[in-house]
Amino acid sequence: MSKGLFTQLLDLACGAFLLAAVVVLWRRELAAIVRLFALQGFALAAVALLLGLHEDRWDLIAVAAGIGALRAGLLPYLIRRALTAFVAERDGGPGRRGGSEEARETQPLVNVAASLLTAAALTLLAYAVARPLVELDPTPATRALPVGLAVVLIGFFVLVTRRRALAQVVGFLLLDNGITATAFLAASGVPLIVELGVSFDVLLAVLVLQLLTVRVREAFGTTDIDDLRELHD
Amino acid sequence: MTATTALLLTAPAAVPPAVAAGYALTGFVRHEVPRGLPAVRRTQESRPPPVRKATVLTAAGVAGLPERKEAAAASPPGNPAVASPVRAGHPSDWAALASPTVILTCAALLASERVDGGWVSAYSGLLRADALTVWMLLVVGAVAFIACASAPAHLAAERAAGNATAWTMWRYHMLVQTFLGAMCLAVVSANLGVLWVAIEATTVVTAFLVGHRRTRTSVEAAWKYVVICSAGIALAFLGTVLLYYAARQAGIAEAWALDWPTLVAHADRLDPAVTRLGISLVVLGYGAKAGLVPLHAWLPDAHSQAPAPVSALMSGVLLSVAFAAILRYRVIADAALGPDFTRVLLAGIALLTLTLAAGLLLAQRDFKRMLAYSSMEHMSLIALAAAIGSPLALSAALLHIAGHGLAKATAFCASGQILHLRGTTKIGRVRGLLAQYPWLGALFGLAVVALLGFPPFSLFASELGIARAGFATGAGLGWATATALLLVLVAFAALAIRTARMLLGPAEATGESPSALWPLAAGLAACAALGIATGPLGHLLTQAAAVLERP
Repeated sequence: MSKGLFTQLLDLACGAFLLAAVVVLWRRELAAIVRLFALQGFALAAVALLLGLHEDRWDLIAVAAGIGALRAGLLPYLIRRALTAFVAERDGGPGRRGGSEEARETQPLVNVAASLLTAAALTLLAYAVARPLVELDPTPATRALPVGLAVVLIGFFVLVTRRRALAQVVGFLLLDNGITATAFLAASGVPLIVELGVSFDVLLAVLVLQLLTVRVREAFGTTDIDDLRELHD
Repeated sequence: MTATTALLLTAPAAVPPAVAAGYALTGFVRHEVPRGLPAVRRTQESRPPPVRKATVLTAAGVAGLPERKEAAAASPPGNPAVASPVRAGHPSDWAALASPTVILTCAALLASERVDGGWVSAYSGLLRADALTVWMLLVVGAVAFIACASAPAHLAAERAAGNATAWTMWRYHMLVQTFLGAMCLAVVSANLGVLWVAIEATTVVTAFLVGHRRTRTSVEAAWKYVVICSAGIALAFLGTVLLYYAARQAGIAEAWALDWPTLVAHADRLDPAVTRLGISLVVLGYGAKAGLVPLHAWLPDAHSQAPAPVSALMSGVLLSVAFAAILRYRVIADAALGPDFTRVLLAGIALLTLTLAAGLLLAQRDFKRMLAYSSMEHMSLIALAAAIGSPLALSAALLHIAGHGLAKATAFCASGQILHLRGTTKIGRVRGLLAQYPWLGALFGLAVVALLGFPPFSLFASELGIARAGFATGAGLGWATATALLLVLVAFAALAIRTARMLLGPAEATGESPSALWPLAAGLAACAALGIATGPLGHLLTQAAAVLERP
């Protein structure tokens, strides 16, 4: 692969990666948000694949395949399954709030227009913060590094401002995707043993959060996290 | 020699999961595992609410007779109705003590294996034990011993109250043992990436322990716990990644770029700007797990909702294991950036946390939350000691970790018994503990006295050490220490007044008596012994502080 083509493809993948995170802020249907998250997983796997091909490292290509399977396949599948379970429950159990409401982020704490503006501001912030990181070793990969940090910040923003439990889970996963992307762009990924451990932890955390979402729904009758106000001082 | 070393380093992290697997297998063999999740969900869903109400009634002075009768019917004929199921416990509950014993033994053997002030490692440097590792292993082992020895009484009480099925018992043991294994792995790992994986694993494992009851409060606590800790600790991973990037650019090979000793040795070659960003994220991230501002909000909720022995483990060691990670990173940061950066960062965070904890302690009405905020107070003192960073301050911080672990574990286990006997966590509704249960009341009172920093308990010595080191270091930190002492005084008053209200007053008439108090007495005795004379541990403490000194 020539250097120019590599740079262009890498920038394309990173662009798709960032765009997916921004569009998550725009959409309100949880199903669409999960689809976008899967798309972002593909972009992340593409970044890893491109780096692997560029550096001729087969282990990195294998890691890319694993990341694609986990973040574009398994994790979106788990969230989607929880989502369909909530919507289906509405048909069986009368008296609860509507399933269509469960499937939508009806009232985020910050509205969509302001969210998109914030995403722009956060991306600028990421570029400002990442300047010393890029200066340390300016290659095509590290020049794209601010994208990873921007997705980390956007993930945090989703986590803080979205009220549906599953939207918060997606926010956490965006945060995690951003960190993984940073690791790939900065240093072609962390050592394999750490990568394996991190993936395993993330998978477990999502399983735990999914089960907890079910329990939140059982205990509170909704997955609106803003209704969790029993414990305070 | 290498085989023994490998064994000693592996055992603390491997034996608890093995015990957990043993519990899981026994559960399966005895067919106590629920068939299919929905079934269990339904049975448990229907059960807790009425039972909980009955327990509250007991507290209000009306004896919970229906439950008692059930317990009596369940116990074999001829035995005293209530006491027997509560006291006896399940024999298998005691098997959990195997792990703390192994951890303590391995720590003691590792201490003798290390040749004077050095370190041992295994699996090409992946696992490593220096004096700090041994010290932390001892603390984990001791606190785990108290928690696991109090667990049978706690579980028996839950069984008697009908809150627990056989399966929840097995699950409790499995999760607690895995939790212990993950903490030990975090302590013995030399690789900063593996350290992160282990600390994140503790969050995942303890989530269901925090949310073990399916009530609204406990589900809420579990949700906040997992979301805040996972997101916070993700920041620490980002920091680790940035440090890895700096290390790779400094010419360290991939296999060693996350190895703590290598990073310390080559810290002067790390890029300062990248390291600064990375260290800030790491302190923020692990600070979340150590209960420090700004990501502390999970702590009081999780500590108040978890079962008492788990609260003891979380407060006594999980916080300090996370803080030990910050201490390790601090060494790298000081070598790469000079001491001022971490000093300002840690002192700022410590003072903010202390202000928050003292303020919220003043208005506290729930005794488990009160103990949780007291944990934040003590963690911020340890953070302040780390900011001071002189040898005296570091020894005091490590001694404080041990003393706080022992005293807080005792206090939480005692508070679990109080909750069981009185059925409430409201301070206003608990009176006359000393008159009614002299032993339990005295142990709870003494544990709080230890937490307040009175001699002969070791927290007196460590707080004195931190104060002395703070005033000796310089003007800026002197002011910080003075402010901290003032805030500690506020927390002291709040804690003392509330505990006195719980302990004093006339007795209420309820039939049950507390059981299995010897682990609590042992914990307090250890804390006092550590305060009077560190003995052979004194040498280890000095060496552990030397590991953390600025190179």
